[in-house]
Amino acid sequence: MGAAARPLPTIESPQHPRPPRRIKSRSLFETDLILEALNQSFVMLRPDLQWSNPVMFVVEIGAVLTLLFIIQAIVSTSASQVPINYFIALDFWLFLTVLFANFATALAEARGKAQAESLRRTRGETPAYRLKVGDVVEEVRSTDLKQGDRVVIGAGQVIPGDGEIVEGIASVDESAITGESAPVIRDSGGDRSGVTGGTRVISDRIVVKITALPGQSFLDRMITLVEGAVRQKTPNEIALTLALSGLTLAFVIVVIPLWPMAWNAEQYMASYLGISDAVKSLGTDVPTLVALLVCLIPTTIGALLAAIGIAGMDRALQANILAKSGKAVETAGDIDTVLLDKTGTITVGNRHATKFDPVAGYTQSKLALLAALASSADETPEGKSIVTAAHAVGVGPRELSIGGSKFIAFSAQSRMSGVDLADGRCIRKGAPDAVIAFVRQREGQIPVELQPTIDAIASKGATPLVVAEDSKVAGVVTLEDILKTGMQERFERLRNMGLRTVMITGDNPLTAATIAKQAGVDDFVAEATPESKLAYIRKEQAEGKLVAMMGDGTNDAPALAQADVGLAMNSGTQAAKEAGNMVDLDSDPTKLIEVVEIGKQLLMTRGALTTFSIANDVAKYFAIVPALFAGTLPWLKGMDIMNLHSPTSAILSAVIFNALIIPALIPVALKGVRYRPLGADALLRQNLLVWGVGGVILPFIGIKLIDLIMTATHLVA
Amino acid sequence: MWLFPISVIAVPALLAIPLSRYLAWVMDGHYRPTKLLKWFEDHVNSGPMNWKQYIVALLVFNTVLYFFGYLVLVLQPWAPLNPRGLGAIAPTTIFNTVISFMTNTDIQHYSGDVVFSNFSQIFFCIPMFFLSAAIGFCALTAIIRSFRSDPNVGNFFLDMWRVVFYTFLPIAFVLSLFFLASGMPMTYQSANQVNTLEPAALGTDNNNQAKQQTIVMGPLAAFVPMKMLGTNGGGFFGMNSAHPFENPNATTNFLETASMMLFPMALVLMFGRMLGRLRHSIVIFLVMLVLLVGTVGWVIYYDTLKPNPGLTSHPIARTFEIASATAPGGKRTIALPPIAGLPVDQHLGNLEGKELRFGTSAGATFAAATVDFTCGAIICEHDSLNPVAALSPFFGMWVNCIFGGKGVGMINMLLFLVIGIFVVGQMVGRTPEYLGKKIGAREVKLALIALLIHPLVILGPTGLFAAKGWGMKAESNPGPHGFSQIVYQFSSDSANNGSAFDGLGVSYGLNSNSNPAPEAVPWDIAAGFVIMFGRFIPIIAPIAMAAFLGMKKSTPFGLGTLRDDTMTFGCMLLGTVVIVGALLFLPVAALGPMAEHLGPIPFGG
Repeated sequence: MGAAARPLPTIESPQHPRPPRRIKSRSLFETDLILEALNQSFVMLRPDLQWSNPVMFVVEIGAVLTLLFIIQAIVSTSASQVPINYFIALDFWLFLTVLFANFATALAEARGKAQAESLRRTRGETPAYRLKVGDVVEEVRSTDLKQGDRVVIGAGQVIPGDGEIVEGIASVDESAITGESAPVIRDSGGDRSGVTGGTRVISDRIVVKITALPGQSFLDRMITLVEGAVRQKTPNEIALTLALSGLTLAFVIVVIPLWPMAWNAEQYMASYLGISDAVKSLGTDVPTLVALLVCLIPTTIGALLAAIGIAGMDRALQANILAKSGKAVETAGDIDTVLLDKTGTITVGNRHATKFDPVAGYTQSKLALLAALASSADETPEGKSIVTAAHAVGVGPRELSIGGSKFIAFSAQSRMSGVDLADGRCIRKGAPDAVIAFVRQREGQIPVELQPTIDAIASKGATPLVVAEDSKVAGVVTLEDILKTGMQERFERLRNMGLRTVMITGDNPLTAATIAKQAGVDDFVAEATPESKLAYIRKEQAEGKLVAMMGDGTNDAPALAQADVGLAMNSGTQAAKEAGNMVDLDSDPTKLIEVVEIGKQLLMTRGALTTFSIANDVAKYFAIVPALFAGTLPWLKGMDIMNLHSPTSAILSAVIFNALIIPALIPVALKGVRYRPLGADALLRQNLLVWGVGGVILPFIGIKLIDLIMTATHLVA
Repeated sequence: MWLFPISVIAVPALLAIPLSRYLAWVMDGHYRPTKLLKWFEDHVNSGPMNWKQYIVALLVFNTVLYFFGYLVLVLQPWAPLNPRGLGAIAPTTIFNTVISFMTNTDIQHYSGDVVFSNFSQIFFCIPMFFLSAAIGFCALTAIIRSFRSDPNVGNFFLDMWRVVFYTFLPIAFVLSLFFLASGMPMTYQSANQVNTLEPAALGTDNNNQAKQQTIVMGPLAAFVPMKMLGTNGGGFFGMNSAHPFENPNATTNFLETASMMLFPMALVLMFGRMLGRLRHSIVIFLVMLVLLVGTVGWVIYYDTLKPNPGLTSHPIARTFEIASATAPGGKRTIALPPIAGLPVDQHLGNLEGKELRFGTSAGATFAAATVDFTCGAIICEHDSLNPVAALSPFFGMWVNCIFGGKGVGMINMLLFLVIGIFVVGQMVGRTPEYLGKKIGAREVKLALIALLIHPLVILGPTGLFAAKGWGMKAESNPGPHGFSQIVYQFSSDSANNGSAFDGLGVSYGLNSNSNPAPEAVPWDIAAGFVIMFGRFIPIIAPIAMAAFLGMKKSTPFGLGTLRDDTMTFGCMLLGTVVIVGALLFLPVAALGPMAEHLGPIPFGG
């Protein structure tokens, strides 16, 4: 073992053609969405709606206050120190700031709704055939179905509601929700008994017990959540809102005392110059102070915070993951440990025959032929893979077409299967000890090289199958787990993200260790039972780690509920879906990685825009403060390192920049800051440079540009 | 020139390494007290406390301290050790002074040598020096224990005992021996009447006799060590450490400057040692050191290396226009004449208000250090610093975490750190966490309360006083300079610093004073309240914050976790401190020092 272990062969997984088709990913700005969002942004000016966003609420109050000042100025016709156009322009941009913020939220919501709508479209009203007592079938509308009703669904019919198959087996086209065109098999009793309303039965007939009320089905509820109708703020969002409110308060504390301070300067300058008329500066002008306040408070992040959260869930939805709450998506970013099932996630569903080791004078092709004959009627994936592998070493289908033979099926007692050919030969393949016992029973000889071959295969973590022809041992077939393509890279990526990957398998520890090593996972749980999964999650959580796992079976439910992020497969049972906090419509076990990245992106976007928002203030100060006191302390122009045209143009430029940066950053808020698994330190350094240092520098350029444009077009005096 | 500032920072920084080890050892109770000390310890130790009990104990202790201090000062006229027969102190001055000393602020609206008898100096100032300094120290210890998720945060009174008797007393005693040897007075004698060298230099009395000079003295060698070590800064004399008795020579000046840095520096490392995260505390230490070197360097550069701009700057004439309704064309022109080439030799920089016995850069170094460490003792007039140079002491008080006072400076830095991690730390794609504990809404709220109280009680009262006679009549110079005086006073109050810009008429003095400063009473009262808010809220809220954080489950460090012991983290912290500090106070900096610097000369008086 160890270094001698040879990499397992990888083949393209047949069950999961990648990439699966996604719900139509919308371009950022579609006309219909934009129109809806525009309309909504005016509706959201209502103070009771605005109240939930303290930062923008303050801007709105400031805008209204400025409006009152304008009205007062028009009515009283009192001589102001600055032209009224300045106030009107200022107020226009203040209102625009609020509208931009509303637009960002509305656009994110509209996109979410549009995504949800495309899901919901699959869930129209359909006829249902309810099974009454005594197996009488009556036709009802799907909306009339109640929990516990049993319905019959035949080929070509649409499943009327969420439920579990209680009888029968069928292939179901779930493309309406998953986008995957290949039908899937659903049957009663097992972990694949769950069916979803809106999907279509393609073959066979099943009886389904309805488990959800109409309109209350799992997907219905999740769609409602996604739509944002009952969107709740996540813990981190609450804390950030609080921090932003605190910063807003801080700048209120800064700006309000500026009025008396500016007044003090005015008094002093009048006496210094020895003039009788009052010296006025913009520092005692309330609309200008409002403008300063609006520029300083973190409007950029305040405007985009809600949109970022909605967009996070939306991105999950685009990856065909329905998150039950924004909190689940946010938590995904914090995950420390990921539990992955071996089968289906790390390896393709079943073991494959990869090698034929003949013994006692048999040739490889002879062994392959015998093994293929023994498997010719074997419908298990292993059996099929032996036939395929034999084909690869030159065993043609003609050699396998033999009539009159009797197939011996595998049983738990015999632990072997095979075929009794018409010519009387008995070929068996199976567990080494069972086949050896079979040979001994027929008084055959066991070749000395057999045991070392078996041991060598077993020590690699593979499964040896011994093939025997009557009393002779023909050789050993190696059955190996086949790694899915690209899994090593994915685990490497997870590791770089700072996550530990744990493989869960029912295999013995030796096999588990080998596969774990080959796949590059950090740890494994061998001979896993539902209890041991749960225990592992609890152990990790006790160490303060957050755990994500994926599951589909009813026996996974406790572990899914215990995990911090439980991603249930849509193909799984209702219990599993209820227990998890996300459902993957594609039922793709590798989705956990995407979920974690979406969560990280969400947090990063918030952090980046908050940092950017605060860093912006430096430049705004340098624009506004000299302008504020130009009337009393004109030499403060020395602080105006941007050399702006005039006090009013300086203030307007800052306000306009402050407003325009919001729509400019909407794409970032909706798409998210790109996450790269570099490790925390490198990531922080990079983001600090881009959003922190960039946030300090950019507004200097932006404000100067706006000032230049306004001056060139004679918009400002 | 540079030798003094470099060595005076380097020596305590190096001494902080072993001292922090000792402090952690003492505060964790690893020592074995002698029988006698054990007896005392058992009697002060009222048992383990949770964080709420600790806060209550701290507040009760301060309340008792307040009444004790008030009583001592009220008793002055009747108490012994008062041969000069100093009378009752004005009530508002007592109110202000007690709060000021009790909170380690030591802003003095009075002149110690004129108003205080030796009784007051010994029984009021010296106990306050020890106890007020220990309070912040204890609070930090409680916070560390919370962060460690200890079952309880310790016992306030036992902590107090340990700090005072095992750390402050021995070091202060050694230091006082040095001072004594350097010629610092140590006497119960209150004053000497001496003939002036130049006859009748102080004029003559009614009998045409030459007036004698009264030279005040007292137990200075006992007074000064803890004044500096405890970063108290309340002077025995009005001139504070510029007085030859309070700071006899260059050696004592070095010791005084270094000793105020010793404990705050050691406490940062103690924080790391007690948490078992020394590297993290070294990063914090370095961030503070960068800020310290920056602020000290700033003052030296703009004050010691640059001449007084009032005499040389503005070599060319300038004109400015301001809007004016009555002037023709709506604009009034202000012409500023050129000022250059005045026959003044300024190659030694701005020498105004400096105590030149200690060298040219000593005053500048001390000015920056005394605010960074919230000491407040002075050896030069901050009022006379070049306007731009004065930005450094302002900045030190505004951010109030460049080492800061004992414990409280580190606590303030923790607030910046928590907010910085919360905002910036999200950029690594995880819910922000500090010491493995997730920062939630409650912690953010408490940190913000503690952080916001500072600008609130500086800017609010400044605005109020600037617009009222309280401020405008108290300032010695009108305009930006007077404005700086007001801002400085409230900044010094809220930062619990205690240094003064001077020039502000805030002294009432003795109650019998027939000619007190006209606005002394509102200043006494306002400053008293500002000090209290600036002291207790930023102690209580962080203790609560640490407690809530400590109750959380600790997440192990991973590759995806924000590391708190790297250069990147240090830069993030530095950026947070500078940007937040600058953003909150830039307007007042513009209205005060910047306007004075850029404006015409003489401007602002």
